Amino acid sequence: MNPAIQTRELSFSYRDRAVLHQVSFSVESGEMLGMLGPNGSGKTTLLKILSAVLPSHGEVHLKGKRIESYGRRELSRLFAVVQQEPQINFPYTAAEIVLMGRASHHGTLALESQKDLEVARASLALTDSLALADRYLHELSGGEKQRVLIARALAQEPEILLLDEPSAFLDLKHQVQVFELLRRLNRERGLTVVAALHDLNLAALFFPRLMMLREGAIYSDGSPSEVLTEKTIEDVYGIRVRIESNFANGTPQLSICPSL
Amino acid sequence: MLLVNGVLLALLLLSMLACALFGPVRLDLSQALQNPFSANPDAEIFFRARLPRVLLGAAIGGGMAVCGVALQALLGNPLACPQMLGVSGGASLGGILGLIFFPHWLLPIAGGLLGEISWAPLAAFVGALISMVLVYRFSLFHGRLHPYHLLLSGVIFNSFIAALIMFLNSIVDFYQAQGLLFWLMGSLSTRAYLTVAFIWGYIVIGFLWLWAKGLSLNLITMGEEAALQLGVETAALQRQVFIASSLMIGAMVSVSGMIGFIGLMIPHVMRLIVGSDHRLLLPASFLAGGIFLCWADTLARIVLAPAELPVGIITAFFGGPFFLYMLYREGRRKFAL
Repeated sequence: MNPAIQTRELSFSYRDRAVLHQVSFSVESGEMLGMLGPNGSGKTTLLKILSAVLPSHGEVHLKGKRIESYGRRELSRLFAVVQQEPQINFPYTAAEIVLMGRASHHGTLALESQKDLEVARASLALTDSLALADRYLHELSGGEKQRVLIARALAQEPEILLLDEPSAFLDLKHQVQVFELLRRLNRERGLTVVAALHDLNLAALFFPRLMMLREGAIYSDGSPSEVLTEKTIEDVYGIRVRIESNFANGTPQLSICPSL
Repeated sequence: MLLVNGVLLALLLLSMLACALFGPVRLDLSQALQNPFSANPDAEIFFRARLPRVLLGAAIGGGMAVCGVALQALLGNPLACPQMLGVSGGASLGGILGLIFFPHWLLPIAGGLLGEISWAPLAAFVGALISMVLVYRFSLFHGRLHPYHLLLSGVIFNSFIAALIMFLNSIVDFYQAQGLLFWLMGSLSTRAYLTVAFIWGYIVIGFLWLWAKGLSLNLITMGEEAALQLGVETAALQRQVFIASSLMIGAMVSVSGMIGFIGLMIPHVMRLIVGSDHRLLLPASFLAGGIFLCWADTLARIVLAPAELPVGIITAFFGGPFFLYMLYREGRRKFAL
């Protein structure tokens, strides 16, 4: 079977500043991949290329077909994206926002069907945000907003979910909830998940495969214990850490050595 | 959805009838309808003076509101309005050139059989088309219209044109200047059904075109990137919305001058009433805009009767304070602790 996502020698530059150099990797269907790396290492750009928002040099294949051969509506049924801090200037309720995830499922001239309403409701329930349905998005807190936007992505019923910092703005409980939700969707529905992450400890806990980017290139790619080593963290982030293991399941956890 | 628009449609039709009956001269509708084709002063006023005007008002009020809604979504800015597209400036300049250089030329319709209309609207429409192409070219990079550039090019284009218009206004004689001022302030005084039909044609086609994009307009207010990811071909949408609204604005400004405030105020008010779903917001704004302009124009005819105020004064006079009040009320609710 063809991998869900396969890239060959992706490069991208904004004007003359190169952001990605020859990035090649593939993600199997049903895999869960966490992309790590410092600010500016190319994670967001890579996600934008994978979601066909930015063009690139190199090839992206989705399920064996070149990304350019998909239409927009087709793409939005194949994958959904949860962006970082979207700016929304118009008053919409959470329910309306989530229903927008159904846009590529019903006709452009049609109204939402009963099924669309059900899927939207189920998506809100999955992200623990049913109670927010009738509230306006601009009235919600950062974390509540994030949950609604994840619900919108789920309402697209995608095969691949791309997330840019899904746990930013979330408190500890909702961070863990979001990651548990991603893992559950991954296990129960075979959803392929690719997320750019900042929290290395949570990444190690929930993502079986991690990929570390440094200056637009893949520095390492593998299981948490392969990727999160003291040497890697020092090379990539420039800080000294000690790697310990989680008391419950032994995944690597970082302890930062404070510089005294 | 149907209910709100049904009520608004009924209100619009009632308003149009009522506005056609109000005026400096009292009118008996039954008289006018009894023998409309004979020499009957009531019928003359109703069919020749008031009806085309009311029809024009409904179309232009609705058109301005619809363009406002669409542009606000396109530019991702609830403060965008039809004046910002640059097309209105081009149309004003075209119309003014028409007024200055061919003040007495009349365009015979169908060899004079259907009457004659002034050249000015035609010149204005040509001006609108030229400015539309210019602004489009200046904001199109690699097949994409960039909202930010579109907004800036439109505003700058309009300021430039405003300077040209002021220059022209300073070099013509006093009587011509007076005429130009009246044209600039906007008025619905037309008597030609052909003009009315021309406007309705553009408005109906433009409205249907934009309405069909209602769902995509919802999605593009989520931001361009999100819209792409939700399945909208944003580049095509931006081009289409720009062209559809430019053509509508060009046609409207050519006939009536720039009637301000409707395109900003009506969408905002209707958003508070029916919400931001463009599939509902577009028709509701169309109908509400039509109602508002019909009444504004009736006031413009009555206040100084038998003289007539430019209707733009009325829309701003009532629109401004009302809009401020709505904003204040919304702010009090939104920022309440």
